[in-house]
Amino acid sequence: MKELKVSAINKGTVIDHIPSGKGLKVLEILNLPEDNTILVAINVKSQKLGRKDIIKVEGKILNEDEVNKIALIAPTATVNIIDKWEVVEKRNVEVPDEIVGIIKCANPNCITNYEEVKPKFKVISKKPLKLKCHYCERTMEENMVVKNLL
Amino acid sequence: MKFQDVISINDFGKEEIEYVLKTAKRLENELNERKILQYAKGKILATLFFEPSTRTRFSFESAMHRLGGSVIGFAEASSSSVKKGESLMDTIRTVEKYADVIVIRHPREGAARLAAEIAEIPVINAGDGANQHPTQTLLDLYTIKKEFGRIDRLKIALLGDLKYGRTVHSLAKALSYYDVKLYFVAPQGLEMPRHIVEEISDKLEITETNDLESVIPEVDILYTTRIQKERFPDPAEYNKIKGSYRVDLKLLERAKETLKIMHPLPRVDEISYEVDKTQYSAYFRQVWSGVPVRMALLGIVLGVVE
Repeated sequence: MKELKVSAINKGTVIDHIPSGKGLKVLEILNLPEDNTILVAINVKSQKLGRKDIIKVEGKILNEDEVNKIALIAPTATVNIIDKWEVVEKRNVEVPDEIVGIIKCANPNCITNYEEVKPKFKVISKKPLKLKCHYCERTMEENMVVKNLL
Repeated sequence: MKFQDVISINDFGKEEIEYVLKTAKRLENELNERKILQYAKGKILATLFFEPSTRTRFSFESAMHRLGGSVIGFAEASSSSVKKGESLMDTIRTVEKYADVIVIRHPREGAARLAAEIAEIPVINAGDGANQHPTQTLLDLYTIKKEFGRIDRLKIALLGDLKYGRTVHSLAKALSYYDVKLYFVAPQGLEMPRHIVEEISDKLEITETNDLESVIPEVDILYTTRIQKERFPDPAEYNKIKGSYRVDLKLLERAKETLKIMHPLPRVDEISYEVDKTQYSAYFRQVWSGVPVRMALLGIVLGVVE
């Protein structure tokens, strides 16, 4: 059987090398508009990961915030920008040093949960993921990060 | 040296701490010479206390008055526009038009950092929830330096509620800049959080124990804290632990003659009143330390004291 080419959409974004089982979570956190055509492949054979998930989004180029969000739960993912059926740009996602406005603070008493302010975190460890709230100084581990994605 | 805000002890290195302590000492000497100080003449401090704290508020107000400045403010949220639903950010934007420096105490963690980002005038944190109380830490260090003439080469026990006590968290962190030995003495269940122990354990020697009696003969300073009933999620847990340690004359029979007992106050029953009149008690002198230290901080952030 012929393998699907990663660029098999006309224009948009392909998120490849998502750890197997995380594809639907990635889709959930991206909260994409309903009018985008989205193709999801789960548990696809992968040389790099053994098994992987893939998401193809027709007609949508992900912005930096969206790519950073993916990095928090699928650090192995690659983001391919597609134009006229070709990959025109390929990016590895990377957890940034600072994360602004995409996760809420897990501390229920943090001021960011009460005021109109973008939550801001300093990444104190990328592996394992550990974030420190810029405001309340409380740290969050990876399992809390996933639960608190905005 | 100049810094704009005082939000977290984590923003302070040893150099900044020493600079504050030196400036406080100089101002205290000037006060002792009966000088009427005018460093902050014409400057206004706004004290925004969204939750009550008489001691800290009086200390800041006293410091500002002693610098020759004046004070406006409120002592609880119910007497401010917060009661009408005003956001913290709007309160700060409004108050900064009336004052030259803001001191804020707020029940939410991170409130002081947010206020400092909003305000164009300096902001000093007088306590944000269970997070930080940096001026308390600086006055604790100042007290130690006054009592012993140094901070280095001392053995210091932090006793009591080490789990919920923000003063002991910040103090432990600040003491890690010095050559001291620390003893964390807590009832079971109220031990110092692991992340704090791990953060500072490679910088200094730490002993963790539940046994106060074994530590007493060793230490130069016994920094006692109250078990904070209000921080316990379960009142039954508080009832189990309350009264589990008490500093009294019997305990102190085994102490060094030069031992000093400190306490951020208020106390409940953890230090017997009979200790007050002994050579060990330093806690009421510690209260006074708040004034020169806060004078130094106000003067530095206002740019009127070098």
